[in-house]
Amino acid sequence: MSIEAKEEFRPKIVAFCCNWCSYAGADLAGSSRLGYPADVKIIRVPCSCRVNPMFILRAFEKGADGVIMCGCHPGDCHYSTGNYYARRRMTLLFSMLDYIGVENGRTRVEWVSAAEGVKFSTTMNEFVEKIHSLGKNVRLGDLRCRN
Amino acid sequence: MQRIGVFVCHCGSNIAATVDVKKVAEMALLEPGVVHAEDYQYMCSEAGQEKIIEAIREKNLTGVVVCSCSPRMHETTFRKAAEKAGLNPYMVEIANIREHCSWIHKDMEEATKKAVILTRAAIAKVNLNTPLKPGESRVTKRALVIGGGIAGIQTALDIADAGYEVDIVEREPSIGGRMSQLDKTFPTLDCSACILTPKMVEASAHEKINIYTYSEVEKVSGFVGDFTVDIRKKARYVDMDKCTGCGVCQEKCPSKKAPSEFNRGLNTRSAIYTPFAQAIPNVPVIDTNSCIKFKTGKCGVCSKVCQAGAIDYTQKDEIVSQKYGAIVVATGFDTIKLDNYDEYAYSQSKDVITSLELERIMNAAGPTKGHLERLSDGKAPKEMVFIQCVGSRCADDRGKPYCSKICCMYTAKHAMLIRDKYPDVNVTVFYIDVRTPGKNFDEFYRRAVEQYGVNYIKGQVGKVIPQPNGKLLVQGSDLLDNRQILKEADMVVLATAIEPNEGVRKIATMLTASIDTNNFLTEAHAKLRPVESPTAGIFLSGVCQGPKDIPETVAQAGAAAVKAIGLLAKDKLLTNPCTAQSDELLCNGCSTCANVCPYGAISYEEKEINDHGIRETRRIAVVNSALCQGCGACTVTCPSGAMDLQGFSNRQILAEVDAICR
Amino acid sequence: MQELIKRAKELLENGTVARVLGWKAGDLPYNPEPAYFDSTESLADFVYNGFCGANLSKYMIEASKLEGKTLVCLKPCDTYSFNQLLKEHRIDRDKAYVIGVGCKGKLDIERIRKMGIKGIEQISGAEMEDEADTLTVSTIYGEKSCKYADAMLERCHVCKGKEHQVYDELIGESKETKDADRFAEVARIETMTPEEKFAFFQKELSKCIRCNACRNVCPACSCRKCVFDSNKFDSAQKANVDSFEEKMFHIIRAFHVAGRCTDCGECSRVCPQGIPLHLFNRKFIKDIDEFYGEYQAGMDINAQSPLTDFTFDDVEPGIVGERG
Repeated sequence: MSIEAKEEFRPKIVAFCCNWCSYAGADLAGSSRLGYPADVKIIRVPCSCRVNPMFILRAFEKGADGVIMCGCHPGDCHYSTGNYYARRRMTLLFSMLDYIGVENGRTRVEWVSAAEGVKFSTTMNEFVEKIHSLGKNVRLGDLRCRN
Repeated sequence: MQRIGVFVCHCGSNIAATVDVKKVAEMALLEPGVVHAEDYQYMCSEAGQEKIIEAIREKNLTGVVVCSCSPRMHETTFRKAAEKAGLNPYMVEIANIREHCSWIHKDMEEATKKAVILTRAAIAKVNLNTPLKPGESRVTKRALVIGGGIAGIQTALDIADAGYEVDIVEREPSIGGRMSQLDKTFPTLDCSACILTPKMVEASAHEKINIYTYSEVEKVSGFVGDFTVDIRKKARYVDMDKCTGCGVCQEKCPSKKAPSEFNRGLNTRSAIYTPFAQAIPNVPVIDTNSCIKFKTGKCGVCSKVCQAGAIDYTQKDEIVSQKYGAIVVATGFDTIKLDNYDEYAYSQSKDVITSLELERIMNAAGPTKGHLERLSDGKAPKEMVFIQCVGSRCADDRGKPYCSKICCMYTAKHAMLIRDKYPDVNVTVFYIDVRTPGKNFDEFYRRAVEQYGVNYIKGQVGKVIPQPNGKLLVQGSDLLDNRQILKEADMVVLATAIEPNEGVRKIATMLTASIDTNNFLTEAHAKLRPVESPTAGIFLSGVCQGPKDIPETVAQAGAAAVKAIGLLAKDKLLTNPCTAQSDELLCNGCSTCANVCPYGAISYEEKEINDHGIRETRRIAVVNSALCQGCGACTVTCPSGAMDLQGFSNRQILAEVDAICR
Repeated sequence: MQELIKRAKELLENGTVARVLGWKAGDLPYNPEPAYFDSTESLADFVYNGFCGANLSKYMIEASKLEGKTLVCLKPCDTYSFNQLLKEHRIDRDKAYVIGVGCKGKLDIERIRKMGIKGIEQISGAEMEDEADTLTVSTIYGEKSCKYADAMLERCHVCKGKEHQVYDELIGESKETKDADRFAEVARIETMTPEEKFAFFQKELSKCIRCNACRNVCPACSCRKCVFDSNKFDSAQKANVDSFEEKMFHIIRAFHVAGRCTDCGECSRVCPQGIPLHLFNRKFIKDIDEFYGEYQAGMDINAQSPLTDFTFDDVEPGIVGERG
């Protein structure tokens, strides 16, 4: 075994959060001191419908071990319909990733309102735990598709 | 290449206690484009802002990253500071190292590492930022108030007194709302109608206020300062201009079996009716479900007796479209349905009533003309039991998780009034806690106990069982004495939880205003912006935002009015420049983006394009930046990447992704 | 075919159309290629036989910019693509004169080769007029034969039907050739373990040489400039190409055409490496059908595409994990 293998696995996790609900939910988790692992890094987007599948694939390409997208609850989108489109897009994208053999647990969508600091923290804790159980993402990052 | 300055805030010890701020500044200097980095105690303070301004001027910064609290807190502060120094405010980005870092992590090394990465991501973004210029939009100097209860009336009066036009839209045939149904008010025991009706009259007489009763909001489009609202004026079948309010039609109407909504279904009303005597406007409506003319085609008595010729069976719903600068939601509340609380026998016994029904019974204009009597047999009760927290503070999903706030006080009021008027009636109250924070509230409650001898028992009621002799057997517990109680009562009153009025979710969706899981509208900030919705131009008044009593409602109504006036007083608003833009060289003109735009901001035009020497006429998408709100739905649906969002561009977000995953 | 040529001549002569978009013989007997014919004389080279698989709809994007009408020959399945392009305002209906041509299933030379038939010189039985259900292949090793149906393209085994969705006139008989379940292969992959799925796609995609043939032939992939060629996503750095690019490319390509792809199968037909690219698109189609109700792109020009539409109670993305 190499030395690195013994090192504790610290996953890279990207969280896309919509500005109006989930980012505020993350802020509330912060001000309520509801901790979650530092492995989660948040990127603020105006709405979950701003999240392009390209962003998610790019994160995996660059070595992310998990990507989670959070938005307002369906029906509560600040832009009224954004998360409905996002829901369809992510359902199809995640299904495709699952189809090509990327473990489904590496992708997740969660609806978190501005009032749900607790949910934000719990979700992130769960997600990090899941990524820990899946281990490093070797499938999407480090291989050129050559046999 | 940008010249970026990085400013790391200690936030006292809020950040500095868990994040090595010096190290964050040091590491930032290693990032491409960064020419300056420093840390300071309070970046948001005057002195902190001065540091940013100074550095921008001295080092010719083209971009700024502030590592501090959430951008939702101080992004505007720092952008304004940058603007003072002559930098385009949109060249400033925030790395949130407080809420998303120092506050949630304990280990200094780990938190510092994360802060460095978050800073790196913000730097990567700023490297791709471009100066943006907000547009301008006009403000329509007219406000809409949705709901004509005390909240809506007060808000409308305050806005109108400031000189702006206000429309009130009320679903019921009259304004007045819940308060008009109340008998007395706590803690002063003055008559509800006596203090409300002057306000109703004032509103209807105000030259700046226009009231649409029996009307509902049908459609809302536009944005802050420039909303367009369609209001459905339901057909009254009575001409508002001709009717004199004489009331003869109601008297002569042969159909008198419809349950009176105003009296909570405790008695009946005619098919043509005004909900109550002091209704404003004093013009009846015809309820087509109970009107004989509408059901069988025969009758027409009201039309025959109406001297003014105001009855018009052919009236149709009418849609009024009006522009507004601000919208205040004052949709109020109702009591919850008691289907989940069968144990209290509400559906089995007429003598188990809600507290709002008791208000109507106690009221001189109510179904019993103000006499306290059992609805089953008309007898005067001797034993009355009040049960608190019915559906409030509920741990499971049978009821509501929140405290309805008003029940403790109105129950003390009811108990006191009954003991005062009927000293021979014993009153027992089962409660979990008695909550009386408020001016003169605890004094009021103590009077009920000490002066009026109301029997308060700490404990819950498990069951109410109707007895063959017409009495109600109440099974409860006394937690302080630790014993079971069996008590025979003549009447049981349930302090039923309140919930936002039905339909508020639909209205919130139309307004794109956030709403919580309990259907209360969400405020922009729980503490600092309690009367504003996160959606610009939408304000909250009364119980639609959360449970509150009359004085709180009136106070909030005034606050909402002030916020609306502050908006209406402006001639122009600066619009968010973070809008979508279409690259005409890449656009396929396929129309997919317009399909997902919630604002109708995208149109298509045939335009002569010079694509690297190839001149041709192409169909291309054009974004109306005054309408675009910057959600970005179009950017993802666009296969060619022609559509991009300013301030959150594809390349900016990808740069953040790269920086985080590096 | 003669009837088709006769009619094309008429329309050229009477000025209804300025040119004809069809197929001409290629350098080998089994690879006819798309071609324009702008005179009655040039129509002498016109061919239409069992090997004319190419979907001509996409050519109408450029043809719509030309002076005058273009007569375009569309097989039943091509008309879906044509409709989809109409819906997206990419082609001008007024610039097209659509002749719906008959189709009895198109042939795949690779399938014939896979039967062990090598050194092919001539193939007979592939003409539209031929009634026999066998192909006779003359090879340098002598005469061989095979069943017409066995030599058909994969897409013809899951034929969408013999009805043309749009046309100005119809010439020739069509035959429904469906004899397989369109989603069988996708469903088979879905039941694999993540390791097997990954191995399957890694094996297939490792063949990709990024020649862009799939992109160039695809009627849905018709952007003026592909995101993979523009700087909008920093995705055009070919020199910088790393590990994941092939997968990224094919997933994003499939995503961009999701809800627009008519499943015409051209991507798989033209792939020089024989990658079953349609398996990506068909996965999206299968999911769309299952999650949001059956949808065939290009069938109803006024239908809302599933990705620009929603219902309040759509399935949550978590369904992917729940399905197992």
